[in-house]
Amino acid sequence: MSDETLARGKVRVFGDDINTDYIVPSHRKKRTIDPDLLRHHIFEDICAGFYEELEGPTILVAGRNFGCGSAMEIAVTVLQRAGIEAVVATSFARTFKRNAINNGLLLCEVDAGEVPEDTPARVCLRDGALALELGERLLSPAQLPAFMLDILRSGGLVPYLRRNGGFQI
Amino acid sequence: MNDEFRHEENDMPRPRTMAEKLLSRAANRPLVAGEVAVCKPDYAMGTDGSIPMALDYLGEMLEGHERGPFAPDRVVFALDHYDSTSGAGALLLQARARDYAQAHAITLFDVGDGIGHQLMMERGHAAPGRLLVGADSHATSYGAFNCFGTGIGSSDLAGILFCGALWLEVPSSIRIVLDGQFAPGVGAKDVALYLARTLDAGGATYKALEFTGPGLANLDMDDRIVLANMSVELGAKAGLFPHDAVLAQHLDEIGVDGVTAVTADPDAPYVHTLTVDIGRLRPQIALPHRVDNVIDLADAPRTRVDVVYLGTCTGGRLRDYAEALEILTAAGRIARDVQVIVTPASRSIREAMERTGMIEQFRGLGAQLESPGCGACCGTCGPIPAANQKIISSANRNFRGRMGNADAEIYLASPVSCARAAVEGAFGQEA
Repeated sequence: MSDETLARGKVRVFGDDINTDYIVPSHRKKRTIDPDLLRHHIFEDICAGFYEELEGPTILVAGRNFGCGSAMEIAVTVLQRAGIEAVVATSFARTFKRNAINNGLLLCEVDAGEVPEDTPARVCLRDGALALELGERLLSPAQLPAFMLDILRSGGLVPYLRRNGGFQI
Repeated sequence: MNDEFRHEENDMPRPRTMAEKLLSRAANRPLVAGEVAVCKPDYAMGTDGSIPMALDYLGEMLEGHERGPFAPDRVVFALDHYDSTSGAGALLLQARARDYAQAHAITLFDVGDGIGHQLMMERGHAAPGRLLVGADSHATSYGAFNCFGTGIGSSDLAGILFCGALWLEVPSSIRIVLDGQFAPGVGAKDVALYLARTLDAGGATYKALEFTGPGLANLDMDDRIVLANMSVELGAKAGLFPHDAVLAQHLDEIGVDGVTAVTADPDAPYVHTLTVDIGRLRPQIALPHRVDNVIDLADAPRTRVDVVYLGTCTGGRLRDYAEALEILTAAGRIARDVQVIVTPASRSIREAMERTGMIEQFRGLGAQLESPGCGACCGTCGPIPAANQKIISSANRNFRGRMGNADAEIYLASPVSCARAAVEGAFGQEA
């Protein structure tokens, strides 16, 4: 059996319908679009001090419709620069999902149920299928279409288009 | 024609939804829901909120090679999120977008022209049969014009500048059957809020909404734009309308011809059908801080308001202001201590308001007129609400902090309901 680790970290838990303005407020990106500066503001309107409390690699676990609202892509890159290795959610808003794929941010679409904060988590490819370890539990997230997995594993749209010169399906 | 496109049993093509047919055209091959395809958009729109990041991605894609955009005639830049009140950083980001557009002959809607989405519809870019993408989530608005309109990110926009294409997964569709005629004081915004209440904020995720039914004949283009626009608040990829007499007349009025109408096949497969009798609908209101936290306005507890916001790509068009003014002028006043802010969606709407005396009427009542654009909707320009203020707004989102202050409360309602709140200084019933 092959087993390749894609992401590893401690869990931080969120509920349903976390919109991109909650990930980083729209008004913050009018001053700068540098994610290294904006990462200090992640979740500031719903979870003050979130960034300061982060300790090492982190995996977010959320409910339904994560990343809804504005299509702003900074909501993905700011998470990456804050050390978020992957996002697990029951479902994702479509623009967040495509922005994540286009930046190589790993997504796991699965209902993780009740998860205690700081649970150790690992996302891996087992015999080519996406799998999620949450503490002692093993979950099977929805599989991404091969084309999307290819972009994600290329590291996003930039390396994908550099390599291929265009889209290849 | 590929195999997936046929019924296995009789080798006939299976009936297709409007979403499937529109994306098949954009991909130049027959597609059904669930397939991923490379599509060539007829137009891609970016805003000052999304273009600077797209130019960063494009620079990385080109690896330092200087090359213009793939098809500049299919790209539109709109500087609508920021204005002179947005600060030096925003103006620098905006200047980058403007400079790139001017260097590469890209159509540019500059500060004060209006909201990009509104201009894409006013100037004839949104037209039947087309695929339009916008690096801004409310690109779903274009679906009112029998085209596929959907939101994308900055990297997608960069990819389109790089090679003229993007990847899209073909969505399955939910059919929304509209029946009946609006009761007085009820409008499309109430239907949109009712749909959010019924389907919830993630109820249409990854799916397209296809509006149909006898009630459509009673919805003018402004009504349809509101429903298509707010489809994304239910998670939808697109909110699509058929080509009919109402759209045909509108296209004629704005001088768009030679269009290819796209119709869903009879018996096309829908994952779900929801029928709404719009005649039975009462005014709706979304309470803080969720678009789907919706109740009948009549059931809301008495709530004082500090700010009434009339604008945005949802509620900043001519008829919205006409309906609001009807209420305000009948009352002859705006309640004391209530600030009414008017931000028309485009310059042409503002000019029509000038011509018809509406600007003067708003001014006479003490309303505050703002330059056309996104305005205060997402806290990027214009007046920011103060802590503990309550805002009732004709906009589309009421997330905590959305207008730039996490300690303010935003309520969403129709322009009519907003105007009533402006007159009374409050909405809802005494306990």
